[in-house]
Amino acid sequence: MTATNWDPSQPILEIDHLSISFFTRLREIPAVMDFSCKVMAGEAMGLVGESGCGKSTVALAVMRDLGKNGRIVGGTIKFKGRDLTTMSDEELRHIRGKEIAMIYQEPMASLNPAMKIGKQLMEVPMIHEGVSADEARKRALEVVRDVRLPDPERMLNSFPHQLSGGQQQRIVIAMALMSKPSLLILDEPTTALDVTVEAAVVDLVKDLGEKYGTSMLFISHNLGLVLEVCDRLCVMYSGEAVETGSIVDVFNKMQHPYTQALFRSIPLPGADKNARPLIAIPGNFPLPHERPKGCNFGPRCSYFKAGQCDGGDIPMFAVAGDDRHETRCVRVGEIDWAAKPQVKAGAAKTAIGRTVLKMDDVKKYYEVSSGMFGGGLKKVVKANETLSFEAREGETLAIVGESGCGKSTFAKVLMGLETATGGKIMLYDRDIQNTPIEKRSTETVSGVQMVFQNPFDTLNPSMTVGRQIIRALEIFGEGANDAERRDRMLELLDLVKLPRAFADRMPRQLSGGQKQRVGIARAFAGGAKVVVADEPVSALDVSVQAAVTDLLMEIQRKNRTTLLFISHDLSIVRYLSDRVMVMYLGHVVEIGSTDQVFSPPYHPYTEALLSAVPIADTHVTKKHIVLEGEIPSAMNPPPGCPFQTRCRWKSKVPGGLCEKEVPPMRKVADGHEIKCHLPEAELATMEPVIQIAAE
Amino acid sequence: MLKFLIRRLAAMIFTALCITFVVFYLTNLPPNLEKVAKSEAGSRISDEEVQSWLEKNGHAQPLLKRYGEWLGVVPGWTRTDEAGAVTGRCIRPKTDPAEAPHYCGILQGDWGFSTVFREDVSKIIATRLGLTGLLMFWVMVTMVPLSLLIGVLAGMREGSRLDRTLSTFSIASTATPEYVSGVILIVVFASKLVGLQWFKGSANSAMDGLTFENFALPVATIVLYGTGYIARMTRASMTEVMTAQYIRTARLKGVSFASVVVKHALRNALIAPFTVIMLQFPWLLNGVVIVETLFNYKGFGWTLVSAAGNNDIQLLLGCSVVAVLVVLVTQLISDIGYVFLNPRIRIS
Repeated sequence: MTATNWDPSQPILEIDHLSISFFTRLREIPAVMDFSCKVMAGEAMGLVGESGCGKSTVALAVMRDLGKNGRIVGGTIKFKGRDLTTMSDEELRHIRGKEIAMIYQEPMASLNPAMKIGKQLMEVPMIHEGVSADEARKRALEVVRDVRLPDPERMLNSFPHQLSGGQQQRIVIAMALMSKPSLLILDEPTTALDVTVEAAVVDLVKDLGEKYGTSMLFISHNLGLVLEVCDRLCVMYSGEAVETGSIVDVFNKMQHPYTQALFRSIPLPGADKNARPLIAIPGNFPLPHERPKGCNFGPRCSYFKAGQCDGGDIPMFAVAGDDRHETRCVRVGEIDWAAKPQVKAGAAKTAIGRTVLKMDDVKKYYEVSSGMFGGGLKKVVKANETLSFEAREGETLAIVGESGCGKSTFAKVLMGLETATGGKIMLYDRDIQNTPIEKRSTETVSGVQMVFQNPFDTLNPSMTVGRQIIRALEIFGEGANDAERRDRMLELLDLVKLPRAFADRMPRQLSGGQKQRVGIARAFAGGAKVVVADEPVSALDVSVQAAVTDLLMEIQRKNRTTLLFISHDLSIVRYLSDRVMVMYLGHVVEIGSTDQVFSPPYHPYTEALLSAVPIADTHVTKKHIVLEGEIPSAMNPPPGCPFQTRCRWKSKVPGGLCEKEVPPMRKVADGHEIKCHLPEAELATMEPVIQIAAE
Repeated sequence: MLKFLIRRLAAMIFTALCITFVVFYLTNLPPNLEKVAKSEAGSRISDEEVQSWLEKNGHAQPLLKRYGEWLGVVPGWTRTDEAGAVTGRCIRPKTDPAEAPHYCGILQGDWGFSTVFREDVSKIIATRLGLTGLLMFWVMVTMVPLSLLIGVLAGMREGSRLDRTLSTFSIASTATPEYVSGVILIVVFASKLVGLQWFKGSANSAMDGLTFENFALPVATIVLYGTGYIARMTRASMTEVMTAQYIRTARLKGVSFASVVVKHALRNALIAPFTVIMLQFPWLLNGVVIVETLFNYKGFGWTLVSAAGNNDIQLLLGCSVVAVLVVLVTQLISDIGYVFLNPRIRIS
């Protein structure tokens, strides 16, 4: 069944003028139009774009798995010279899993929950190569070792739910590699994972790609990741490829307005909320059946020229001088691509006021029981340990850490959804640590508000936007009557820059970014003094993120709100926060001003975290630190320092102190504290993780 | 596991106590007792005579005491009349009162005496339950594989012609009550009207000797009704599983469609219908009333109807104890089985 007449110097995958449509009862919805790309043997091709741009559809089309409604309406997909679009199911079955393998976004969902890992892995060679179960198991063990999982025997005998997210993703990767495929399709393989886990998985994928000589089609919305993994990339917008070329060409000499706008809207090192704010892309992504004539990006493009850009279909133009660098822009020759963007007048830095919120030694423990049918031993989960910090008026304090570090628990305790086990929380001069939210005064409740991570689930789907905001106003006791509250609601819509007509819309008629604006309007309805923003932009697309972040900053400047910004994304944290607090396993391991935290000396965990964040800038060089092992369970934390199990500096501390004692919080500079045993001399030797080469 | 079982058992016992108390209270309401007195001592007795009969037979005591006696945790009443003869709950006629036990209730295995059948309740229930058990066994043996097969076949390709055909069949069969399908089956397969006469229209003879001929129709009637329901549940669960991401993973691994269904989808799809199947046991136990009556098969359902119709308090109470136990035990089995089918539950 293998293609014997395929010449390895030819592309392994050649997609030529591919068009895909989905057919509904109402109409045909074109999902991908005129898409072409070539992947050579051993090459890693990145496919970048925002949600809905058709990148996953391309991947599924290569697998010929578009479902009942999807159909390839034009073009060819050639794999090793054979056209996949005309293959029979039987032929496809021999290619899937054997020649082309896929790695998915959500590892938990893509593993069969009722089947042991070993069986799921062994299946692949047993189907495709007809090997015996023993042989297959041997191979499974080998591959599981290759993806650097500890204790492979035990792994094979586990069910998927017994592994952590990172381990599950490694198993999915192992499954894809079982039959040594020649092409690997990775569909947002790390989106569901934590940054340090993501870094380790990306590292693994790169190494394995080299080891097995596998070509890759890497789909991601994260430009930084694509930079790390791929050799070439293809930027997609609204169903079309808008620019394609080698990484260096596209990153440094971009030739399409969308690519340029995308880069300007992500926070790269050097961006600053006051002096160099991000530039959001205006407008919204067009719906598939409402695409404009001519250039799809036209209505949002700052170089748009009527008559030229909206004339008719635009083909790909080759960029002279570069290797296979193409762009879908008619004005490519006319635009001065090197011109610096016009910077809006920078806003003045907000002055930091008096202390609004003070946490002192706050602890939150949970009791849980284990065992197959409940019962069993009672265990204490220390979700928060000795949390102490202050936040001042008009300040943005970022709280950074990976899942399980206790940042959400902290938010719950502050909001009053849980009460603290010990310690003190002072809001102005009131103790609120033991007051659950239902007993808090209206003033306290409206004073501490939250913006949630997922705007799609936090709005009531059967209530109009205006009504939801008015409801919040009623609860906060704002306004004397309905008319007054309605006026106030409209003012709030102005504040978050939504048209007043949106008051009568239902949440489902809004895009993600618009919903998040409603969420912000609701949080600020009662004149909140402290707003906890729990990953407010992580569910949004890159181009929308910038606009929402900007809005938050603007409202903060206006209202002098204290913003507690919970995030795992260090790029955005660096861009907008005044101070940063790093958490690990319930402990605050480092706290300081943004500059202090982002430059040495670091806490070893901060150092690893910084190294893990992908940065979409070819001028940046990073120190490569990969954290081994898993985050320990909060139910069973390691003795001594919480980070000691994964710390690369541990050997520098004399006397095994790390395993014995929890290090004290110590001051390394004014306002900069680190929870680490490392001696001064060692801290002084730390080098910066991120270095920007001179342009 | 053991702790879970003990806790579940404790909860079951508590539930059983509550339910039996309610049933005891309702069956021992004054009008019922009056009826019993009249049927036992003659229908034309006066109110005073009724009262004295009730007192003589221990029915005039406080409700809780009577419930305790019936349960066997309170000593049975005794009474010495003017002639010096000792009567009591635990003293059988023509036996020596001194040798009679103090406690006689459900716990001691003394389930009382049926006023209709003139026999010990425990004996009646044992025989009748055995007969119904036989019926249930054959129903389950046919119904479960059949309905799972229909459900899986219908659910594996949602919207296909096979799915629509099987779904129509399942809906039609569930929508037809047993007294309709039973009659139709009798008319078609057992009467001279159509002339097939393959099977017997009465299962009376099956009580002595079971044959395919006399047992096929009652089993078929119940199976028809139950199949549709379980098949619909299985289909819903199967269609959901077939759209899961791990099924896509399997498909894109190159697994053939048949293997995807059998190896990857089946076990996951069976988790939900399992509970429904276990719920069918109590339904069968009480729901067979119509079928047993229709085919004149004197099983548990038929007994229940006679007991209720004839105000046979002891028998009715006995039947309800059995029914409660069956419900609770099947639920326990269903919970435990669920845990074993679904590995995710085991940890959390």
